[in-house]
Amino acid sequence: MTGPLTIFDKPNSYIGKTVPRPDARRLAEGRGRFVDDKQLPRMVHAAFLRSPYAHAKITKLDASDAATSAGVVAVFTGADLVPHVEPYVGVLTHLAGLRSPPQHPIAVDRVRWQGEPVAMVVATSRAAAEDAAEKIIVDYEELPALTDPEAALAPDAPRLHAEFDSNLAWERTVDVGDVDAAFQLDGVTTVEREFRFGRHTGVTLEARTALAEYDPAEDRLTFHYSGQAPHMMQFIFAKHLGLPEENVRIVAEDVGGSFGIKIHTYGDEVATAAAAKLLKRPVKFVADRNESFVSDIHARDHIIRARMAVTGEGMIAALEFDDITGIGPYSMYPRTSAIEANQVLNLTGAPYEIENYRARARVVFQNKNMMCQYRAVGHPIAMAVCDGLLEDAAAAIGMDPVEMRRRNLMGDDSYPRASAAGMKLDDLSHHKAIVKLTELMGYDALRDDQAKLRDAGVYRGIGFCSMVEVTNPSPMFYGVGGAPIASQDGATVRLDAGGGLQIASSVTEQGQGTNTILAQIAAGVFGVDIDRVRVKTGDTEATPYGGGTWASRGAGIGGEAMLQAAVALKDQVLEVAAAILQSSPDKLDIRDGHVTDLDGAERMSLMDLARTVYYRGNELPPDLKPELIATRHYRVTEFPFVFTNGAMAAHVEVDTETGIVRVLDFWAVEDCGRVLNPLLVDEQIRGGVVQGIGGALFEECLYSEDGQMLNASMADYLVPMAAEMPDIHVAHIETPTKTSVLGAKGAGEAGTGGAPAAVMNAVNDALRPLGASIWQMPMTPERVLKALGVV
Amino acid sequence: MSKMQSVSLTVNGEAVTATVSVRKHLVDFLREDLGLTGSHVGCEHGVCGACTLEVNGAMVRGCLMLAVQADGATVTTVEGLADSGRSDAIRAAFAERNALQCGYCTPGMLASALEYVEAGGTADRDAIRAHLSGNYCRCTGYQSIVEAISDVISGEVDA
Amino acid sequence: MKAPDFDYHRAETLEAALALMAEEDAFALAGGQSLMPMMNLRLTAPEALVDLNAVDGLAGVRIEDQRLTIGAMTRYAALEASGEVAEHAPLVSTALPYIAHPAIRNRGTIGGSCALADPAAEMPALLLALGAEVHLQNVKGARSVAADEFFLGLYETAREDDELVVAIQLPVASKRQRIGFHEITRRHGDYAMAGCAIVATEDLSEVRIAFFAVSDRAVRARAAEAALAGTSGGKAELENAVAALSEIDFAGDMNASTHTKRHLAGVALRRAWAEVMA
Ligand SMILES: Cc1cc2nc3c(=O)[nH]c(=O)nc-3n(C[C@H](O)[C@H](O)[C@H](O)COP(=O)(O)OP(=O)(O)OC[C@H]3O[C@@H](n4cnc5c(N)ncnc54)[C@H](O)[C@@H]3O)c2cc1C
Ligand code: FES
Ligand code: FES
Repeated sequence: MTGPLTIFDKPNSYIGKTVPRPDARRLAEGRGRFVDDKQLPRMVHAAFLRSPYAHAKITKLDASDAATSAGVVAVFTGADLVPHVEPYVGVLTHLAGLRSPPQHPIAVDRVRWQGEPVAMVVATSRAAAEDAAEKIIVDYEELPALTDPEAALAPDAPRLHAEFDSNLAWERTVDVGDVDAAFQLDGVTTVEREFRFGRHTGVTLEARTALAEYDPAEDRLTFHYSGQAPHMMQFIFAKHLGLPEENVRIVAEDVGGSFGIKIHTYGDEVATAAAAKLLKRPVKFVADRNESFVSDIHARDHIIRARMAVTGEGMIAALEFDDITGIGPYSMYPRTSAIEANQVLNLTGAPYEIENYRARARVVFQNKNMMCQYRAVGHPIAMAVCDGLLEDAAAAIGMDPVEMRRRNLMGDDSYPRASAAGMKLDDLSHHKAIVKLTELMGYDALRDDQAKLRDAGVYRGIGFCSMVEVTNPSPMFYGVGGAPIASQDGATVRLDAGGGLQIASSVTEQGQGTNTILAQIAAGVFGVDIDRVRVKTGDTEATPYGGGTWASRGAGIGGEAMLQAAVALKDQVLEVAAAILQSSPDKLDIRDGHVTDLDGAERMSLMDLARTVYYRGNELPPDLKPELIATRHYRVTEFPFVFTNGAMAAHVEVDTETGIVRVLDFWAVEDCGRVLNPLLVDEQIRGGVVQGIGGALFEECLYSEDGQMLNASMADYLVPMAAEMPDIHVAHIETPTKTSVLGAKGAGEAGTGGAPAAVMNAVNDALRPLGASIWQMPMTPERVLKALGVV
Repeated sequence: MSKMQSVSLTVNGEAVTATVSVRKHLVDFLREDLGLTGSHVGCEHGVCGACTLEVNGAMVRGCLMLAVQADGATVTTVEGLADSGRSDAIRAAFAERNALQCGYCTPGMLASALEYVEAGGTADRDAIRAHLSGNYCRCTGYQSIVEAISDVISGEVDA
Repeated sequence: MKAPDFDYHRAETLEAALALMAEEDAFALAGGQSLMPMMNLRLTAPEALVDLNAVDGLAGVRIEDQRLTIGAMTRYAALEASGEVAEHAPLVSTALPYIAHPAIRNRGTIGGSCALADPAAEMPALLLALGAEVHLQNVKGARSVAADEFFLGLYETAREDDELVVAIQLPVASKRQRIGFHEITRRHGDYAMAGCAIVATEDLSEVRIAFFAVSDRAVRARAAEAALAGTSGGKAELENAVAALSEIDFAGDMNASTHTKRHLAGVALRRAWAEVMA
């Protein structure tokens, strides 16, 4: 009837077409609905006093002046909240051995990073709350700050948590094949480098914002949430504030960027919800920019010693590395802070045929802000290490880096198969991608120009990255380890009396265009104009249950659920139509809001049908029980993740006198399976690439040795801005995933995952004739000058 | 309590009289006191550009101006730009190019873009990029914004 | 973060402003493009603000006796648009697009930048290179201080707390004046990592070189000037000038060590000098 093959080419299909977002028009008129736009009756505002020290004992806390300060409604210390908030622990059972102590929303007697909440003031305005926070007197006894993760691992290092025997939070090793023997092989060339990846953070333009309201009559908490995972937050607030889960409602309307920042449990947000419950008044908390820098999760911050052996023919004989990463004083709840290191082990070398692979990761407690999953978790590190060494080795044996990839990339016809680290791979197209990439960029001509310019003292470089991206995760990502994180998502499609569709989904919109893609799928599969579809996401009370948006799963998982729901509703509607029209469902179709014959001749409008069902049921056969609503859920079953692949290239110019790197051009070829909306996918990739360039060249949370974040403002933490960014040329290969009818994989993180490696390789390509190379990100002017031996 | 003063100004063509806390910056006043939540706050230190709006014909940072300083001024926000039709073409181009994702930067971005377009800026991409250098966008990577502006300048949009 | 509370006074005449500056521990509020961020970050908490924006006669550019007088409240955007500035102070016109971003230049003032004396700001260095005078006034009277004597240290100037910068005066540039300006920034409109401004006579008999973003204040490089003045300005002399930069008391920051600043100053000098010679 509605065979999956027809939905992509039938008349009403929007799948694969560029459809602009209705949300975009609304937002451009200034009609956003962000959390801070909401003002509620009797609403009060929270501000936090935060620790000025990276590590200290709180010996005295006197809030009496603050409590009587103008406008103050309440002051809460860590101890005040202890009876009301169950502490949380960021461990998961599938990350065997991961440990982390219980965490309180506000520090109780010891602070472990600069920026940790020490007290909360609730007042009639944010300004009044801040005025009062300044009046809280806290005496601290400073303790030694452990900031360097390597030093924190030393046997005699002071321990951050007395209950543990060391500062090691987690360790994992992978050892496949015979690595030692491979490095000893005759004729292999070994390259060895130490990579350093700076800490960076999300800098969502809308800071984390929370507005909690509590209704004591119904024991009900409504949390207006700027974030990605409503149902996860529902669980968390219910569990830790002692509320029945169904009494917690999470509402996420417009979200001003998220990128993995707004998907974690933050003490200030938990305290905000607790305060609303205790005060029985709406409490709003908006992180200011300084707070964002010292409390939004950070990411990356890995030190990796790595080596690769290649044969004279350019085949990778072995890859080995050792990764140390500092995660701050706790493992973040509930996703944990071990996932990034785990991903580095899983993903490094995954595009290539590598038989001998050994890696170790150590995840270390330290006195800095906490680290957790941010866009492209682990990918930029994994790709930079492998592709960095690969291009280094290519240069060492005098081989073109593209040729080197051709020899080592897994064959496009070799799937399904596993990577060295054991990842199950299918439907990838590395070779097609790199061929398309070199055509797109005009590789040979660029190399010619490069050579000519070098003679003129201009140092340009070309760098590549062949990558994989983890998308559409199954329960094996989090759920298996006990996390309250749904890997399945649900979709509901309802035909209303007016003939339009109301659809709802448990995936969420943060600007990536989820709502539009869901509407495209529902409209196309069911058979109405897209303008007749209303979309609801981001409300635990109004959508099916699901995971929300993370790990590039919205389109692939949420989209497939929507497809299945639309197919189901279509079948249901045609059954009703057949009864009314005295036809049979397999002789009917739905197009442009009408029930039609298979040749497209209109038989009745959907409005007619719906009005008949809803208002004039008397006209229907008594045994017909029409259902004009359908809900379906979908999860990935055959694979832990659905991998995508891509190939990227950067063209850079290095000013060898100033050390400034300028990205001149960037190309990305992505295989995200079926492209649902080319405009939106391309823009996801471009935005991702720019975040990747940010990580490669600009962004770094700088800390002093005693754990003070030195650049916690937007003036000092450099994000990529328009003037420095290149145009990004995007092309696609479409290898639909066989795991779903829709065939869509994710695309949201590819750019961020691949761009740093490409840029680093390009910089090193530019520096190579000068005998210099750089393996530390961001590649700041001073670091480039140091690499050149100029300073 | 905070010190208060009264102000009279024109906001999006409407006369407004209010008593404001002198410490309150213009964007907080517009958002909290007038319900004009289209202007956004992203940093409050002048760097991100999310709060960019028009005061007496010039695009300025709303977070770096006090509400009391707007006494007697004419203020136009993203809502006013839409209502008056001034931003019709640029909004159409932004939607067409998907020059916004989360939309949080968009009010400030539109203000900066409009300043450039209305001043007769050229479609030169580098010049557009330089003009936008003070407006942060985390989502788009900027290219679509540059394209939207250049579409408007070269007349390739119907509003 | 929200600014701490303060008293706000909008002055409408210079006299009123000066009286307010005398009476209280007050801060002038000019463009607010530096003061407001510092207040919003609670890095500074003035008791009172004296808003100069409505003061009559403090803004504008005029020419008198071969001097270009720029009112303290003249905004960058007005300077950028000014034909007089382009003609009589081309160095200022050249440098303006590098100062911050359009929306900041629509509010920020020359007097504010001068009074603030941010070591990384362009304007103080331009004033040094141009041999400007800073006109100051308080209730007791007026005085003028040469730019060379005005910038004393990190955010430190010769201005007394109750004094206002009322105007900046520059010698009118000769038609044949040579100028050079170069700054090294990671992002367009950012404060520089190092910057150099140069003014020279056509025959190079006189050369004035100033740096910003390399020390605790904008600084003249007199030894470098001496190395270039009266020469043909060739490569050898330029390298002598670069070597002479060790006279500067370089100060590093988060992104560049003292040593790197020293190196970047040399690069900025070479590039600015190339413009002088172009
Ligand atoms: C994002 C951003 C980027 C920037 N980038 C740059 C840059 O690249 N280069 C650069 O030079 N600047 C930059 N600035 C700063 C900007 O140029 C400021 O405008 C300028 O430094 C100060 O001028 P103002 O008129 O805004 O002064 P205000 O902020 O109003 O005042 C600054 C200080 O001077 C005092 N003051 C002001 N006027 C007077 C007066 N007439 N008499 C006595 N005291 C006075 C004030 O009390 C205050 O202490 C940037 C600012 C921002 C927000
Ligand atoms: S909020 Fe005003 S510039 Fe960021
Ligand atoms: S669209 Fe999200 S910040 Fe620009």
